[in-house]
Amino acid sequence: MKILVVDDFSTMRRIIKNLLRDLGFTNVEEADDGNTALPMLKTGKFDFLITDWNMPGMTGIDLLKSVRADDNLKTLPVLMVTAEAKRDQIVAAAQAGVNGYVVKPFTAAVLKEKIEKIFERIG
Amino acid sequence: MTDKNPDMPMDDDSSAFEMQLSQQAESLLAHVQKGDFAGAVQVIAELNETRDKTLYHEVGRLTRSLHDSIRNFNIDAGTKAQREEMSKIADASDRLAYVVEMTSKAANKTLDLVEEAMPIASSLKSEAHELKKEWEKLRRKELTPDEFRALYKRIDVFLSDLEGKSDQVYGYLSDILMAQDFQDLTGQVIQKVTDLVRQVEDNLVKLVAMAGKVDRITGIQHDLEEQEHDESAGHGPQMNTEKRDDVVSGQDDVDDLLSSLGF
Repeated sequence: MKILVVDDFSTMRRIIKNLLRDLGFTNVEEADDGNTALPMLKTGKFDFLITDWNMPGMTGIDLLKSVRADDNLKTLPVLMVTAEAKRDQIVAAAQAGVNGYVVKPFTAAVLKEKIEKIFERIG
Repeated sequence: MTDKNPDMPMDDDSSAFEMQLSQQAESLLAHVQKGDFAGAVQVIAELNETRDKTLYHEVGRLTRSLHDSIRNFNIDAGTKAQREEMSKIADASDRLAYVVEMTSKAANKTLDLVEEAMPIASSLKSEAHELKKEWEKLRRKELTPDEFRALYKRIDVFLSDLEGKSDQVYGYLSDILMAQDFQDLTGQVIQKVTDLVRQVEDNLVKLVAMAGKVDRITGIQHDLEEQEHDESAGHGPQMNTEKRDDVVSGQDDVDDLLSSLGF
C-alpha cells in the first residue's frame, strides 16, 4: 500500500504520516501541492491519496478533479483532510468524486475510521 | 492617537457645510433674481470652493488619523531581549510572519520529540510483552532451569533499561512542555496586530462614511459589481461554526451531510 500525502504545511504532513505509520502504513510519500503531487501520482503507482484543499499552486479540489479526469488515476481512492468547512465545498468535493472528507482539526480515531471505511468499500 | 479628539463629530462638519451651502444657494438665487449675473457667478465659485474645502478637510483628517493608527502600532516589549527581538520586526506582516515561524518551529520541535519518544515506548512495550509471556510460563512452572536463568538475566536488563528509557521519555515530555512557550509571545503579537486591524477598520469605516458623503455632495453613483470568489481556492478555517448554517461545525456534520448525499 503506497500512499501520497499532499499538504502545504510540513507539520500536517508529518502528523498524518505518523498516524498512518500507527495504522501500519509505512510506504508514504509527500507533496506540498497539486502541481507537485500530480506528476508523482502519474508515475508513482500510488494506491491512496490524502490531500488538503487550500494550497498554493494547485488546490486539493483541482487535484481531485485532475485525478478523476485521468484514465489511469480515475479509480484512485482520495481522502480529503482539510479545514474547508463550507457545506457547498463538501458537496462540491462529493460531486468531484472524493471518497472521504475529514475536517480539521481531526483526531487519530477519525482519520483511522475514514481510511478503514474507504478500504472496506473498495474491498 | 495624537489627535486628542479622533471622533471629532463629522456631522457638525457636514451640517456646517450644509448650512453654508443653503446660505450660498439663497444668495445665488437673490443675485439671479436681481439680474446680477456677475455676482451669481462669484457665488458659484464660492460654492465650489466650499465643496472642495470640505472634501480636503475630511480627507486630510482621516489620512492623519490613519497615519497615527499605523505609527502607534508598537509592541511594548518587556525585557531587553524581547525588545531586540521585536525591533527586528517592524510591521504587522513581519510580525505575523514571526508568528508563523514561531508556531512552525514549536510544532516541528514537538514532532521531533514525539518521533524520538514513540519508538522507545514501543520497544519497552514489546520487551514487556515478551517478558510477560515468559513470566506466565514461570508461574505455570513450565520453565526449565536454563530458561529460568535466562529470564532472570533478561528481567535484570529490562529493569535497568526501563529506568533509563523512562528518564529519556520524561526528558522528551518536559522538552515538549517547554516547546509550548511560543504561545505567550505569539499571543502578544497577535493581540497587537488585532488592535491595529481594529484601529484601521475604525478609520476605514469613517473613510467609507465620508466617501458616502462625498458621493452625496458630488452626485457620483457607483456600479458595484459583485466580487466573485473562486470556489476552488478555498476559504480556510471557519469561525463561529455553531452559529452558522452554511458551514459544518465538525466531523459529525460532515458525515451527516455526506450520508445525505448517499455516501
